[in-house]
Amino acid sequence: MYELKQLTRVYPKGRGKVTALKDVNLVVQDGEYLTIQGPTGHGKTTLLLLLGGLERPTSGTVVFDGRDLGALGESQLVDVRAQNFGFVFQNYNLMPTLTAAENVEAALVPLRIPTAARRSRSIAALAEVGLAERASHFPAELSGGEQQRVAIARALVKEPKVILADEPTGNLDEGTRTEIVGLMEGLWRERGMTLVVVTHDTQVARRAPRTALITHGSLTLRMNRSRAAENSPDPQATAAAPEIEGS
Amino acid sequence: MSLYFRYLGRELRRRSRSAAVVAVGLALGVGLVITVTAAAAGVKTAQSQVLHSLYGVGTDITVTKTATPSSSGGFRFGGAPANRGQSGQSFSRDRLSSAPGLTTLQETEVSSISKLKGVAGTTGTLNLDSVHVTGTLGGGPPGASASPGTSSTTPFSISTFTVDGVNADDPGLGPLSSANLTAGTNVVSEWFKRVQQSASSDQQLALVESSYAKQNKLKVGSSVTIAGTKFTVLGLVSLSATASGADIYVPLREAQKLATDTGKVNTIYVTANNASEISQVQTEIQHLMPKATVTTAQDLANQVTGSLSTAASLADSLGVWLAVLVLLAAFVLAALLTTASVNRRVREFGTLKAMGWHSRRIVGQVLGEAVVQGVIGGAVGIGLGVLGAFLVTKIAPTLKATAGATGLGTGAPGSSSTGGRGGFGGGFPGAGSSTGSARSSFAHTFAPPTHTVLLHLTAPLSLAVFGLAVALAIAGGLIAGLLGGWRAARLQPAEALRRVE
Repeated sequence: MYELKQLTRVYPKGRGKVTALKDVNLVVQDGEYLTIQGPTGHGKTTLLLLLGGLERPTSGTVVFDGRDLGALGESQLVDVRAQNFGFVFQNYNLMPTLTAAENVEAALVPLRIPTAARRSRSIAALAEVGLAERASHFPAELSGGEQQRVAIARALVKEPKVILADEPTGNLDEGTRTEIVGLMEGLWRERGMTLVVVTHDTQVARRAPRTALITHGSLTLRMNRSRAAENSPDPQATAAAPEIEGS
Repeated sequence: MSLYFRYLGRELRRRSRSAAVVAVGLALGVGLVITVTAAAAGVKTAQSQVLHSLYGVGTDITVTKTATPSSSGGFRFGGAPANRGQSGQSFSRDRLSSAPGLTTLQETEVSSISKLKGVAGTTGTLNLDSVHVTGTLGGGPPGASASPGTSSTTPFSISTFTVDGVNADDPGLGPLSSANLTAGTNVVSEWFKRVQQSASSDQQLALVESSYAKQNKLKVGSSVTIAGTKFTVLGLVSLSATASGADIYVPLREAQKLATDTGKVNTIYVTANNASEISQVQTEIQHLMPKATVTTAQDLANQVTGSLSTAASLADSLGVWLAVLVLLAAFVLAALLTTASVNRRVREFGTLKAMGWHSRRIVGQVLGEAVVQGVIGGAVGIGLGVLGAFLVTKIAPTLKATAGATGLGTGAPGSSSTGGRGGFGGGFPGAGSSTGSARSSFAHTFAPPTHTVLLHLTAPLSLAVFGLAVALAIAGGLIAGLLGGWRAARLQPAEALRRVE
């Protein structure tokens, strides 16, 4: 699904430059669950944005399903995002003036789906995250956990190939965090989509079979053997594999 | 309702205060534009009324020839006895002369002008002043001039009235054109028809101005004597408040006979094919008749003074600029507030872009919100504008317009207001009542004629003004929306999402 080669992202800062990612190589398979972990400001979110086609690399390539995202025109990139990626953000990023159902429906607008179908799919997506009864509520009327569930429903409703979540539990208490992570993992298992979660929380990071550790823009992959074995067709071989794969 | 409109409506409600400020700003601008435009239209109407009163409706140019003081001469009626034996005898004298300040033109000039390029119509009139003096011969020296001071001891009375000789072949132009009349249009048509059908020797048919008729107890069928010739009153006419006219109208041929000015007129009315040709026609006439005074409506407008003139320049300068400035300020305010609103919604738009919304869709959303504010502003602005126009009509003072420059009124009939066509009205010491109209004159010397019209300023509203208002309001919304949309379109989703709010 994803193939990242020598991916580098440099940002200008004042008169100098900051290298957010440096020579990152990574392959993400279809249906994989990957967490990206690292300290704040070391490049996690930059990597997620590059995977989501929201940033362009300074050098190197991000190939998604055979297409180099960095080489696509703006309009094509928007279409790729609309059809393939679902985003979940730490701050939920719900439109405050739209109801839960309308927020979910907004994700279907670019796909030119008829209004009636959009509405029914939105309600169904909310039902999947257990919020069918809160469909007509505005974000301000929902708890943090509920808002994040609406955001997850919004990401899921268009049935994307990839869910990209940036610190989805960053603003939640421990109980809600477990609930949200459990919900996302459940949907990942059910739907077989690719799930990439950025987190600084080790507990959350270790729930994925593989974790990409980012420090100072460099990536190191770590196999979480127990989780990998759970999801592998050959659990014994997976359990025996080395924990650190390298970058 | 589609998501677009729900999102738009709720977004406007969420920031209702800012939306209200934008709408009110636009409303003030639009309201001011409507009020100023309506007031300016009222001023134009008033100016046009003044010009019509000087000119007659439908006239673009008048051609007259100013009399020199010497050619005017003094009015002498021979009121002094030839010898002492005649002293104490009663006398009666009539004098019919060209309106003061005017000398006559050959009637052939009318047809010469009609052949000029760009001329749509012409007609010539002979504006005359009649002075009827009766009294008893006194002991003054023979040939004494009946001017103030020279016959102060002689008892006599003077009545004056004005007569216009109107060419019956040109009913659409000149002092009796239908647009000048408030009553008597049918009578005038009948008069033109009768005069045209009558033998040249049988055209003693007159139309009498209604207030003059009332003053002199004249009615249809009565006889009125002009310079010794009896005319039958065919009908009464009333002129509009601002239009001017004579006391009595007679066929041009009869007027020429009475004044012994056969084949002559003293005012030529000209209509151009269209407004853009007036200046060219004026030049051609001036070339054809170098000594004539050729006056256009614009010339007249330029010479109109008084509060109307002040109102016109206020409407043209201060009013227009004030409206433009307020509107500009409203546009800038709307643009700034819309852009500020976009800046506050950076993360929102970044999220939409991340979800696959194209920039044009986001621009459309911002634009839609701004246009709705513009439409609301326009609607409120129309209300304010209507109120403003109503207040202008209600509280505006009566305006005064005075046209008094040389040549300006030389061919123009006087009005129902003050002044007249030259000279001075009323009588002089020892004189009896002067029964003439406001156009009455008793001129010894040429005096620049003045013509003053009092008008109430109105602020008429039209569909075009409302259309302009709506267009301005929507334009304001569009400008604001395009600026805000442009800002939103330039947002990079990654930057927007990184933003901490």
